[in-house]
Amino acid sequence: MSVPEQQMDELVRSEYKQGFITPIESDTLPPGLDEGVIRAISEKKGEPEWMLEKRLVAYRHWLTMPEPQWSSLHHPPIDFQSISYFSSPRPKDGPKNLDEVDPELLETYEKLGIPIDEQKALAGVAVDAVFDSVSVATTFRKPLAEAGVLFCSMSEAIREYPDLVRQYLGKVVPHKDNYFAALNSAVFSDGTFVYIPRGVRCPMELSTYFRINEAKTGQFERTLIVAEAGSHVSYLEGCTAPMRDENQLHAAVVELVALEDARIKYSTVQNWYPGDAQGRGGIYNFVTKRGDCRGDRSHISWTQVETGSAITWKYPSCILRGKDSVGEFYSVAVTKGRQQADTGTKMIHIGENTRSTIVSKGISAMQGSNAYRGLVRMTTGAENARNHTQCDSLLIGDRCSAHTYPYIEVKNPTATVEHEATTSKVGEDQLFYCRQRGLSEEDAVSMIINGFCKEVFKELPMEFAVEAQKLLAVSLEGAVG
Amino acid sequence: MLRIRDLRTSVEGKEILKGIDLEVKAGEVHAVMGPNGSGKSTLAHVLAGRDGYQVTGGDVEFLGQDLLDLEVEERAHKGLFLAMQYPVELPGVNNLTFLRESLNAVRRARGEEEMDAVGFMKLVRRKADEVKLDHKLLKRSVNAGFSGGEKKRNEILQMAMLEPRLAILDETDSGLDIDALRTVADGVNMMRSPERALIVVTHYQRLLEYIEPDHLHVLAGGRIVHSGGKELAFELEERGYGWLLEENAA
Ligand SMILES: Nc1ncnc2c1ncn2[C@@H]1O[C@H](COP(=O)(O)OP(=O)(O)O)[C@@H](O)[C@H]1O
Ligand SMILES: [Mg+2]
Repeated sequence: MSVPEQQMDELVRSEYKQGFITPIESDTLPPGLDEGVIRAISEKKGEPEWMLEKRLVAYRHWLTMPEPQWSSLHHPPIDFQSISYFSSPRPKDGPKNLDEVDPELLETYEKLGIPIDEQKALAGVAVDAVFDSVSVATTFRKPLAEAGVLFCSMSEAIREYPDLVRQYLGKVVPHKDNYFAALNSAVFSDGTFVYIPRGVRCPMELSTYFRINEAKTGQFERTLIVAEAGSHVSYLEGCTAPMRDENQLHAAVVELVALEDARIKYSTVQNWYPGDAQGRGGIYNFVTKRGDCRGDRSHISWTQVETGSAITWKYPSCILRGKDSVGEFYSVAVTKGRQQADTGTKMIHIGENTRSTIVSKGISAMQGSNAYRGLVRMTTGAENARNHTQCDSLLIGDRCSAHTYPYIEVKNPTATVEHEATTSKVGEDQLFYCRQRGLSEEDAVSMIINGFCKEVFKELPMEFAVEAQKLLAVSLEGAVG
Repeated sequence: MLRIRDLRTSVEGKEILKGIDLEVKAGEVHAVMGPNGSGKSTLAHVLAGRDGYQVTGGDVEFLGQDLLDLEVEERAHKGLFLAMQYPVELPGVNNLTFLRESLNAVRRARGEEEMDAVGFMKLVRRKADEVKLDHKLLKRSVNAGFSGGEKKRNEILQMAMLEPRLAILDETDSGLDIDALRTVADGVNMMRSPERALIVVTHYQRLLEYIEPDHLHVLAGGRIVHSGGKELAFELEERGYGWLLEENAA
């Protein structure tokens, strides 16, 4: 006995609360992509010659690559010549101190609930604020520097710490890795650079807040986190964009390197504009994220809550090279309206006794389509390696879909791989039961969904777990039937 | 407290309740019996407001208000409670959280203050002891993996916590062993009060050995075919339903 389809659509049309546009002057390159554009980006950012060279090599390679077709996603072809590859709010041209940040921008971030004024900021959370193609502010750099932690925009890192950047950039995700990684390597604009020295436990949560504002621009973030031996860091990224009728491209590359005994916890709360109920507009999110557990006993954990974007194509992965290294992937992906997500992870076990855990929770509502795609590879050297995968799908209504594509390759007989998958539905009986006990329909749905996502939410830093729960509640407001 | 007049209800176009009349006063316990498929659960669900039950005629007054006009949760807020024949599992939803959210939702709707964590824990422990529900079950997901008896005790616990004005128990006794049956009956007897009414739906008269109803109704083919006092239970035990059905058909 389901609520009529039409009625359900009305219920589900919840608001996207971050959909406003900041009225700010910007320096935007005209749409189009060629070597001249890449030189212009590099010049605007005051990059050294070697960086420009790297970009051009990537660009030339990209030109030879076909767009990938293997995912379950459907979208019209992307016209890469109709996108602007660089847009920066005027007149400030990089992160200076806060006094110089345009008040419009300060207000924008405040409206988004991410005050970049240190006085108002969440205690213990440092923020790098990336607006279109540039980082506009980075907070708490002083106390971090005192601990030896480098936390700055990628543009600045290229200028200030070229040796570190050259040593690590493109080593985990080489430009040849895939189509979108090649594009990103050619045109990336800004992102965050984090370096934690040997033995240091980063004294604060680090975070980057990505905002796309300008129309017809793409955002190509590039983030690199290096954790030296014995160091610990927890990093979180958040993302939003205005509501626009056209699709906008976000193609990011994130690289993590963990040396001996180092620990990196990387959390994402992705809330890009998902488009309207008819599938107009929304962000195309094509992201390559990979962590290299290079050192023995290193530990990389990915946690993601993906509620936004028209299209999500994203497989945060771990290369478990070091002995006893650990990789984790905890994911909640929500698709409603016409949203499509094809997301999962790759756990590549190379070292002995490496362990990985995958917990994926897919939620689909309305005509949303949600695919989990995960690879677990046990190479010949992965003596006694272990993986456990738990992959659960929750369906709300009758027109959505969920698919799981687990790929398992085992080359070492001592390795163990476990895979469990379930699919369930938010039933009319469950909602009736909750409402009979006095709960509103919204509260009932949110309670059932939070229960479903519990194992993932508990991996988020506390301050953000609450946010993520609220976000999920808003995202699925009334999405029942 | 509750007045049902000529209530007719269809499910998927098929008429199930064919004109029910029933009056329940505060302080009373009514038993509703009848063969499988006679419409007992349908009556319970339509009173609770479940989707998919089309009221095609009649009206229901509850505490002076038109019950059929209210949303499911509004009926709950007004004090209507339904212990379900098949309690639903809510995987991942902690039983304590669920109880607390429910209790506070009802309290808020009644303009009462929400109960704080300490007060709530005290209350829930005491009530769980009263209904002999293992405290371990409080920490588990609602009904998930509970045995049949545990689910029914959990329903009784919810009822005891929410303190409804009118509780409808839909075959809470089905599938229970004698110990569990006693516990459920004790739970119900504890709820008896001059301000509260209970409707106990049962398929067997066994439960009525422990819960003495003030009135007993026999539902058959979507109609109340016979009403009487508790002595009717013994007659039913001896003679079955057959004579009533024949009498009604005649
Ligand atoms: N969801 C439903 N869809 C179709 N028919 C139903 C549904 N629920 C109940 N019925 C029918 O309604 C009649 C009464 O059922 P029910 O109220 O469950 O009886 P009882 O609780 O007395 O055993 C039965 O004929 C049953 O098949
Ligand atoms: Mg029944």
